[in-house]
Amino acid sequence: MSEMQDYNSRLSDSASRKFETFSYLPAMKQDEIKKQVAYLVSKGWNPAIEHTEPENAFDHYWYMWKLPMFGETNVDRILAEAEACHKANPDNHVRLIGYDNFKQSQGTAMVIYRGKMK
Amino acid sequence: MSKANVKTYKAGVKEYRETYWEPDYKVLDTDILACFKITPQAGVPREEAAAAVAAESSTGTWTTVWTDLLTDLYHYKGRAYRIEDVPGDDTCFYAFVAYPIDLFEEGSVVNVFTSLVGNVFGFKALRALRLEDVRFPIAYVKTCGGPPNGIQVERDRLNKYGRALLGCTIKPKLGLSAKNYGRAVYECLRGGLDFTKDDENINSQPFMRWNHRFEFVMEAIHKAEKETGERKGHYLNVTAPTPEEMYKRAEFAKSLGAPIIMHDFLTGGFTANTGLANWCRDNGMLLHIHRAMHAVLDRNPHHGIHFRVLAKALRLSGGDHLHSGTVVGKLEGDREATLGWIDTMRDSFIKEDRSRGLFFDQDWGSMPGVIPVASGGIHVWHMPALVSIFGDDACLQFGGGTLGHPWGNAAGAAANRVALEACTEARNQGRQLEKEGKDILTNAAKSSPELKAAMETWKEIKFEFDTVDKLDVAHK
Repeated sequence: MSEMQDYNSRLSDSASRKFETFSYLPAMKQDEIKKQVAYLVSKGWNPAIEHTEPENAFDHYWYMWKLPMFGETNVDRILAEAEACHKANPDNHVRLIGYDNFKQSQGTAMVIYRGKMK
Repeated sequence: MSKANVKTYKAGVKEYRETYWEPDYKVLDTDILACFKITPQAGVPREEAAAAVAAESSTGTWTTVWTDLLTDLYHYKGRAYRIEDVPGDDTCFYAFVAYPIDLFEEGSVVNVFTSLVGNVFGFKALRALRLEDVRFPIAYVKTCGGPPNGIQVERDRLNKYGRALLGCTIKPKLGLSAKNYGRAVYECLRGGLDFTKDDENINSQPFMRWNHRFEFVMEAIHKAEKETGERKGHYLNVTAPTPEEMYKRAEFAKSLGAPIIMHDFLTGGFTANTGLANWCRDNGMLLHIHRAMHAVLDRNPHHGIHFRVLAKALRLSGGDHLHSGTVVGKLEGDREATLGWIDTMRDSFIKEDRSRGLFFDQDWGSMPGVIPVASGGIHVWHMPALVSIFGDDACLQFGGGTLGHPWGNAAGAAANRVALEACTEARNQGRQLEKEGKDILTNAAKSSPELKAAMETWKEIKFEFDTVDKLDVAHK
């Protein structure tokens, strides 16, 4: 029998919980987050920040951090809002969203600060 | 009435072109337009063959009948209005035909196709005939239900944005018991896939009855959702011998909380498909569409129906996903032509573009789009090309490429999910996926032993047979 690795995922381990796009990759570093913000801006989407307790991440509606930043294209200003949300809610998942008002949907959404899994 | 317009009855056979060839005809915005590729019998002039196709697919018959004079044939007849050479092929030519909208029942793909690809395809004066493209006017589009949910609603319901969806067809396609089948589903979903799929041949055979399958699969979905914290689905195939049985299975899927069901639109038929799409719209159910039998119709470059026409028919009849070919996997598909029909499935307005095989502008108005499904012979090494070709609004399905992982389905699923996310992240950073694919995957594999094992398993596999059905460009 060849070497085989067990797939380590279980109900009893909250670290098995994922949170959609990019949650199967290692957490992004600051410069990598910045590139994703720049991408979202380059697509003409409206940036927005949301957060939630990790145990409630399955819900459609997370807590909105202020209002979406309509028309904001300054990458550093967007990052600063995300960071402010993270500082105020250090245990929560913080999600970056790009609202595409033409498709009436989200062009992208990704957790950029990972909360503490209980 | 002026004398010139008075018609009298004269029995006998007239040449089709006297009535059905109108090179000066100005097409109306409401006309249904069709482009046929005609291979005539020797000695039949192009105009006569084109007119014959227009006649036989609309109001005409082989001889004059007195009852023609009881109606306004000028209003109802189809007209051949243009003829073009086929690049690189002298045996055939393109004929463009305009059909007045009043020839067809509203909201009936069935009725349109009964005319356009009916008796005319067996017509003796033609050696072969192929329906290359159809322009459905917005006035007709508005009479059809279309996709029950559409791309945006599906994303909102499943809470998945900014990346392609991932699926897998459960194998072996036939012979598993319901409980073992549910196990295979669970393993795929807990590993990170969004969807698994019933193979099209799975209906309700003696080895696994449909209701047993539905129950075990739904248990697998619910557990995988709790375990991963993400929304999951399995395309429960409700294709059945009768419409009554089909609806019974759809209702049961709904009662179990299934988010998506599946239908085979060509073998099941357009009537069944349109009815099921309506049911899905009423019941908030996503509808995945398989296309068994399509290659019988669309593979021969001289005879049949091009897939871009079948895709349009499905968008009108209704479906949220449709298999589109992969370009890179084991099944047929030319890259430019595939790009043409996946845009036709997803976009609101698609411009005529002969370099992608699109013969007409197509305006879908507000009709929702269909998610193209790329499936067949693909694995992690194809991921950079797939993300580049299909973008985010697609479902990438790895069957063998998930289940064939040396450590099993969950590891195979995780490998595909990591590869997809790594390619998506890199694309967003402005990197060239098809050039830098190897670097991107190799780097991602550093933190994913599952991906590393997958890359070692499938490294050398390539499918490089030439496509049989190429776009018509001068190959000579």
